[in-house]
Amino acid sequence: MRYVIVFIILFINWVIWSGLLDLFHLSLGVISCLIVTFMSHDLLFKRKTFKWSDISEAFRFFAYIPWLLYQIILSNIHVAKIVLKPEMPIDPDIVPYQHKLKKDISITTFANSIILTPGTITALIVDDKFYVHCLDKKVAEDLLTGEMEQRVAKVFGEDK
Amino acid sequence: MSILEIISIILILGGLFFFFTATVGLIRMPDYYCRMQATGKGDTLGAVLCLSGLALYNLDSGLSFANIIVSIKIMFIAIFIFIANPTATHAISKAGIDCEVKPWTKKKEVQS
Repeated sequence: MRYVIVFIILFINWVIWSGLLDLFHLSLGVISCLIVTFMSHDLLFKRKTFKWSDISEAFRFFAYIPWLLYQIILSNIHVAKIVLKPEMPIDPDIVPYQHKLKKDISITTFANSIILTPGTITALIVDDKFYVHCLDKKVAEDLLTGEMEQRVAKVFGEDK
Repeated sequence: MSILEIISIILILGGLFFFFTATVGLIRMPDYYCRMQATGKGDTLGAVLCLSGLALYNLDSGLSFANIIVSIKIMFIAIFIFIANPTATHAISKAGIDCEVKPWTKKKEVQS
């Protein structure tokens, strides 16, 4: 079952990227997708069994993206304002942040989201601590409220 | 000029503006980590805006299969940049911490 799903995903990708629908290219695609499926089917899905919560997780993740885009636009306006002001009002500092996430994927998403939101970048990750470089005190306080961590935890079903 | 063309021009101009602020930030910021702040964010949004503008502009010449495929490919590039750019920013700043680059702070400047 896992083989079939991986093969279908790979083949859809092949068709999108090649864009040619004649017999020669499609059969080349089938052959190469079969080889790749055979060799690396365990990379895409770690678990053998399928859970319905995976699908709802994917939907919640897509619902998270618009909020993230909004935050990215805010953060770019924030950086642009700071950079274009002649006196450059910054007060940078590195702040430790303790998180409670467990899954690898949610930690990755959270770290990437921190980088994309206003004035913060994840500089170092040690076990369950992020060291976050903040551009000024206000964004550090915004981060320490933990609003974004709750959103990420909700997306990946860790908010129990 | 059609509506699609106008929207894509606005998107591309916005992307160029954010590229511009990222570059100005790269030059003006005081230290390593603050420079990463400017480029990590500005480049991501700038590239995503420019690429979505290009994808829309490409659709302007007609909704044929080939055009739609090319636009989907352009949006794939945008998604990859969206994932890879923050990761690269994190990797570079982690390299800075590993090499013990001292972050610039306001207090130190007052003391010295």
